[in-house]
Amino acid sequence: MAVSRDQIIRDMRQPSYLQRLSWKDWLWAAIMVVATVLTLTVLWDAMNYYEVGITIMTGITMMWMGWYWTASKIYMSAVCLVSLFAISRYPELAAAEADFFLRYLGSSQSAIMWMSALFPAATVAYGAGLLTGNAFASKVGTAMTWTGAGAGLVGLLVRWHETHLYEGGIGYIPVSNLYEVFVLFAVMTSLIYLYYEGVHRTRTMGFWVLLIISASVGFLLWYHFDRGAYQIEPLVPALNSYWMKIHVPTNFVGYGCFAIAAMLGVAYLIRARVADDSPWAARLPTLKQIDDVSYRAIALGFAFFTVATVLGALWAAEAWGAYWSWDPKESWALIVWLNYAAWLHLRFTKGLRGKVMAWWAIVGLFVTTFAFLGVNMFLSGLHSYGEL
Amino acid sequence: MVQTAASITAKAQSRRKKRLSAIWLQFLGSMNLAISLLVVVAIASVIGTVLPQNQPYIDYLVQFGPFWFEVFRLLNLYDVYSAAWFLFILGFLILSTGVCVSRHMPAMWREVTRYRTHVREQSLLALSQHQRWQAQADTDTAAAVAMGALQGHGYRVRTEQRGDSLIIGGMQGRSMRLGYILTHVAVVVIAIGGLVDGNLPLKLMEMRGDVRIERENLPLSRVPSESWIAPETGAFQGSVNIPEGSNSGVVFLQLRDGYLVQELPFEIFVEQFRIEHYPNGMPSSYESDLVLHDPELDEPIRQTISVNHPLTHRGHTIYQASFGDGGTRMEITGRLLDGTGTEVPITGRIFEDLQLELGAVERTLELDDFQLLNIQPDARAVTRTGARNEFMNSGPSFNYTLRDEAGQARYYHTYMAPVRVEDQWYYLHGMRLDQGEPFRYLHIPVDDRSSMDFFMEFHQALHDRNRVDAASQRAADTLLTQMGVANPQLVSQVARTADEMIRYLLNGGFGAVEAHLESRVEGAANAPMLREFSQAVLQRTLFEIYLEMLADRRGVTPASLQIEDTDRRFFEDAMNAVSGVAEYGAPLILQLDHFEYRQATGLMITRSPGKGIVYTGSALLIIGIFLLFYVSHRRVWAMITPKADGTTDVLMGGVNQRRPEQFEEEFASLTRSVDQHLGPVSQTSKD
Repeated sequence: MAVSRDQIIRDMRQPSYLQRLSWKDWLWAAIMVVATVLTLTVLWDAMNYYEVGITIMTGITMMWMGWYWTASKIYMSAVCLVSLFAISRYPELAAAEADFFLRYLGSSQSAIMWMSALFPAATVAYGAGLLTGNAFASKVGTAMTWTGAGAGLVGLLVRWHETHLYEGGIGYIPVSNLYEVFVLFAVMTSLIYLYYEGVHRTRTMGFWVLLIISASVGFLLWYHFDRGAYQIEPLVPALNSYWMKIHVPTNFVGYGCFAIAAMLGVAYLIRARVADDSPWAARLPTLKQIDDVSYRAIALGFAFFTVATVLGALWAAEAWGAYWSWDPKESWALIVWLNYAAWLHLRFTKGLRGKVMAWWAIVGLFVTTFAFLGVNMFLSGLHSYGEL
Repeated sequence: MVQTAASITAKAQSRRKKRLSAIWLQFLGSMNLAISLLVVVAIASVIGTVLPQNQPYIDYLVQFGPFWFEVFRLLNLYDVYSAAWFLFILGFLILSTGVCVSRHMPAMWREVTRYRTHVREQSLLALSQHQRWQAQADTDTAAAVAMGALQGHGYRVRTEQRGDSLIIGGMQGRSMRLGYILTHVAVVVIAIGGLVDGNLPLKLMEMRGDVRIERENLPLSRVPSESWIAPETGAFQGSVNIPEGSNSGVVFLQLRDGYLVQELPFEIFVEQFRIEHYPNGMPSSYESDLVLHDPELDEPIRQTISVNHPLTHRGHTIYQASFGDGGTRMEITGRLLDGTGTEVPITGRIFEDLQLELGAVERTLELDDFQLLNIQPDARAVTRTGARNEFMNSGPSFNYTLRDEAGQARYYHTYMAPVRVEDQWYYLHGMRLDQGEPFRYLHIPVDDRSSMDFFMEFHQALHDRNRVDAASQRAADTLLTQMGVANPQLVSQVARTADEMIRYLLNGGFGAVEAHLESRVEGAANAPMLREFSQAVLQRTLFEIYLEMLADRRGVTPASLQIEDTDRRFFEDAMNAVSGVAEYGAPLILQLDHFEYRQATGLMITRSPGKGIVYTGSALLIIGIFLLFYVSHRRVWAMITPKADGTTDVLMGGVNQRRPEQFEEEFASLTRSVDQHLGPVSQTSKD
């Protein structure tokens, strides 16, 4: 029998990534192209070349994210539509009080308050699922986490618009102070978690991750009510740069991942004490799942943290005159980086797993938290914008 | 064969040497050493952040006391990041990483280039992912199918015939290994770049005695030559303040408790500095128009720099870092407070020290700083509507220090124009004894011509004995008449008391008057009444003087004078201000008449030849990390062996250490592909 080798190879060729995309994916891509072009047309005069570049990269990233993670298409669409609707009802700042929709839903303050309610509620729902083994409760938790993440991002986007409504041309991306980045942290962490929840098709990790998100919401609320931190204040000139648009969000992918890994470390230590035949075993993630997600979270976080630190160095070179000045924030970023570099090394080269790594991830969160919060609270330096 | 003893020992020695160097290499490249070093670097970095770096030594001395100050100084903890031991550890880390990379390089290379087609059946069967077929096909077909499946899944393949069996080795994701190399090389590259840009060369120059840190604040011309560094010698980060209309060819490098002067290969001339503010007074942006004169250029470079937008020339980058006063020229009237009404014209620039001869006293006036704008939240808007976003500008102000003959300093802050406080206008003069304290302000009320002249006249009049005498007589008379007492002797006695109280008021304020009264009425049966009466007399006396002056000012007689509410307010404020002047502690009040504003731009200038190296290293690092994490190196083998019965044995096995779960799926897809062609379908086609 004459079998053509080429024929077989052609038959067996697996479809490439682009070939595997469905018509929905291509529709999504088309929407992203249109949205990017529209954004550029409307805002062309207000942007410099870097910002045009950032906008295009954002479009591409959103396109790819929609392809890679189907659920995110709905999320991104919903957030964009709600934000655009809110912005359309905002001729001036006073509208935040006067307009019914803005006052109760769409103004940045209301949206962030919704987020602050939804994340703790999601924690309770996941917690109920954990205690009773009720799948529906956990499902509610997932729904609330999605909604909370949406509300938080809408809050940030609308706040961005609000900053431009202030007189004197304050306008800036709202990732400039501790209040704003706490919202960003909650949103980022919940989204990264939701991705892993989808990948592993388990809601058992939800409670643990939502605990840390709720803690950050608690801090946010204290900061809001006790310190009035929600006030939009003008930006110091050093922050007035396109670098902020990429440096800060990149950094918070890192922080979010490290937080998830730490909370899964807690879950690991608890799960390791539970007998496999206990009813609790089914309600907690398996050790294998935790191990896998922890590793992936730390790897992703480490990669983004590296990028963020390099971006920070590039920005520092432009704003402060040196790419590295051993400023406390920089030194602590290095410490965080070294910490997770060591974690990854031990896993790769010595194959270390289990409790030690779980503990290490938990300790890592304290180091990260100090770099993120402690430096601003206790040490002075160039990064003094985020002062408490 | 004859071997000399010498050659034997030489051989043994070289073997030992080799062994020793191997041990050294082993040690240097070991993970344990690397991790330990990383921990030390991390701890050192923590110290560097907890202990503020590069502060003046005196601050540390105050903070830690002499003993610990010296201990910390010896450990170089005030400048951890350029301490010899820290750089030594960093160097060791580079070495260790370098050794690690070079040791693993050959193995990595083999991993990437070899398809391991010498694999044995047992090893494939031992893999957790393997599959076996008894195919009704000839070896060629089976081989084509296996190879097709692998290539279809993106594998690169090599084949080798070993005995009866044909072995196909496939692999994918080789760039993960490249990721390993890139990340580790990147760390070395970044560290080298960092060392190039660090101040190691400067330290060496210092150790050799080529440079010496200057610790005294000297004018540039007097800085000794051993504290100067020639242009383009190495990396540096320095700063310089240049007033508008001036130039500079040097920057200052702050080092430990002193500085060095770094020469630039060009001159920077500052044409203009501009600053813009947000409504709340915070600077929103600032920029400088620079002109660079470089002898190597025909035309000077003109460029405006601002925060986040530096200028780079000949490897030097010039940043807009800060701003300040550049020597604003001020014309000031000094109004003496000794009752003579003397006015002294003073002209000077910010940062100048002036000697003032003020009658009997001498003072050194140090002009410290000037502010063009003073923007605060509008207090009235806050109380009226609660709005926090309304602001008011109180106009220019300046800071100065007055030193007495003994060198004792008081610090002052004076506004040029009146400032509105709770709907009244005042000239504000702040004073503090210590620079850490907030200013306490003397509020001098403005008169109907918006000046402080009337108050100054009033204050001066209080020094006029005759005038005070007459006024106190009138006051005593009026008060006693009101009380129904007509005793001329008592009137003059009361008037004398009033005179005395005014002297206390002028010298020590109401506090002194109060204390004086307290001591006088102490023990008296009707003390509270006496005190109240005395206060009334003092106030009435002051008011009499005020009335007289007011009538004079308006050109009417005191009797026909119409007293308005505003006049009463002025009087109240003036009384408080008289008391305030006594505590003000300056022999004169400065009144700024005119100024020529001159700003200075604060530039930071850096030269970092290692920047390109560091950036390259950073790019390698990022590429490497993503390759390392998101590409997984996997191998699949197929062993194809013809059987005696005409069938073909196909054994496929694969391995992926990093992501076993994902690989499981891929392997399943591979076996499905093979199933389709070697399963029942292929059998029918053969028939």
